[in-house]
Amino acid sequence: MRKAFVRKLVELAEKDKDVFLLTGDMGFSVLESFIEKFPDRYLNCGVAEQNMIGMACGLTLKNKKVFVYSIIPFVTYRVLEQIRNDLCYQRVPVKIIGVGSGILYGTAGCTHHAIEDIGVMTSLPDIYVFSPGDPLEVEKILDESVKLELPCYIRLNKAGDPLINTEKTIQDFKISEPLNVSGRDKSGVNIFAIGSMLPVGLEVLKDLEKENIAARLYSIHTLKPINEEAVVKILEQGILTVILEEHISRNNFAQFISSLLVQRRMNKKLLSLSLPDQFIHDVGSQDFIRGKYGLDKNTITEKIKSLI
Amino acid sequence: MKDMNLSVMRTVEEIDVLRNQAYEIRRKLIVLHARASTSHIGSALSSVEILVALYFEIMNLITDKFILSKGHAVSALYSTLVQKGILSEECLDSYCVDNGSLHGHPDRTMIPQVFVSTGSLGHGLPIGVGVAFGAKVNRDRDRVFILLGDGDLQEGTFWEAANMAGRLKLDNLIAIIDANKLQAFERAANILPIDIVKGTFLSLGWGMKEVDGHNMTELIEHLEAMPFQNKMPSVLIANTVKGKGVKAFEDKLEWHYKSPPIDQLDMYLSELRKI
Repeated sequence: MRKAFVRKLVELAEKDKDVFLLTGDMGFSVLESFIEKFPDRYLNCGVAEQNMIGMACGLTLKNKKVFVYSIIPFVTYRVLEQIRNDLCYQRVPVKIIGVGSGILYGTAGCTHHAIEDIGVMTSLPDIYVFSPGDPLEVEKILDESVKLELPCYIRLNKAGDPLINTEKTIQDFKISEPLNVSGRDKSGVNIFAIGSMLPVGLEVLKDLEKENIAARLYSIHTLKPINEEAVVKILEQGILTVILEEHISRNNFAQFISSLLVQRRMNKKLLSLSLPDQFIHDVGSQDFIRGKYGLDKNTITEKIKSLI
Repeated sequence: MKDMNLSVMRTVEEIDVLRNQAYEIRRKLIVLHARASTSHIGSALSSVEILVALYFEIMNLITDKFILSKGHAVSALYSTLVQKGILSEECLDSYCVDNGSLHGHPDRTMIPQVFVSTGSLGHGLPIGVGVAFGAKVNRDRDRVFILLGDGDLQEGTFWEAANMAGRLKLDNLIAIIDANKLQAFERAANILPIDIVKGTFLSLGWGMKEVDGHNMTELIEHLEAMPFQNKMPSVLIANTVKGKGVKAFEDKLEWHYKSPPIDQLDMYLSELRKI
């Protein structure tokens, strides 16, 4: 996703002289191609993220299209009031790029985990929150981001995330609507995967199909705002909706869906698979932690089978 | 439009006109606080001469940008904008009343004549640094004027933004400190002595001057001299008195919170002095 991000950013900057990049001293082996090409449209703000968000606001007031880059906790939790007051409240369309979603930085420890950011960022009014599931979605979201009149937060995973979409599925990409990335139309199990869980969702889908269980896989690339009608239509069609997210169980996407079901008086089965509402003190890789908390493909597949 | 390199001495009469503007602005804002029963009258009164100097003499109102980092002094800003004819007089009727349009801290989405919304301290300087840097990148002539309070400087963003402004050599930016010596619950000197603030600015590559923040002549002379140092951001320490203009309010912490009771408004207005 990071490679797709910087490739697309360079492309946008070639077309638009106002594209500007700020980093909080991050981006080694990611941002170099942009910096080499546009040295005058880049600034390393240093380890001073609050000032960086304020500056991004000021630069945008001078008509720049500003992208701000750092590891997720440092451009979300660290700067929450700057995002709220300088960007959302004042409707200043800065684009915040956070890398390392979920427990990608598993071994780095809790300070570097990003497992509450969906809850935190979607709690703010007047912001778009994106969590692309593969590099093609990153490109689509970046294209849209420069047209927005509000700020946005884009949570990226790592370098080298697999392609999940095909050239065909990505054509249906629409902001705020789940994207069917599986190319399957037959209703059965709906798998809603957020960001980094999309590849896991695809593996689960394939396992279910081996056992003749019909399923569709959706990427929930936009967490806010959400086109409720589009979501309700999908929920109505399935026998079970499974939500996969590398996020704590509080204030996550599953809570949004369950409240939607209640509001709409829909009697539909929901399986929410996420991390517990706690810090992950376990030391280990992303795969290890996913396995420990039941976010691996085998556990997910078994839980789905037990419910249908 | 003023030529920024040419300092023109003002006559006593010209300065007197500005002092009268300041008097009228103080009148307006005292009425606002009494009518709406809102806080921060002391913080507003200390900043009046600075606002008059900026809006009536120094700023090019088309290209220059003003940021009220001490957003709680907004009644002084609104009153200045009205006195200057930028906001309508009737606008003040909507200050802090039900269904009104003027908050107790500036909201640019409601009042486009305000450049930046503020209210939480420590936000004005970073935004101003971004605007000044953006102007440099665009090769625009904007200058950025940021009014900060004593308390503003205690936020960590002061350090972050002051360092960045020095590093980027933003000679199109000036921070004006309304140093009224009193913050919300304490003497500012007991929390962060101004000498530390001054030393920090100097060590981070700013040009600095100090002035009596109620002396119109001096304020204008100093502001016209911006940038104070070649290729450096400027900081003007304006020594002021919280609550300036009404003896009963002056240098008293409680007037950070209190507002004149409406039935005593005439009395307070009669005590208002021209500075």
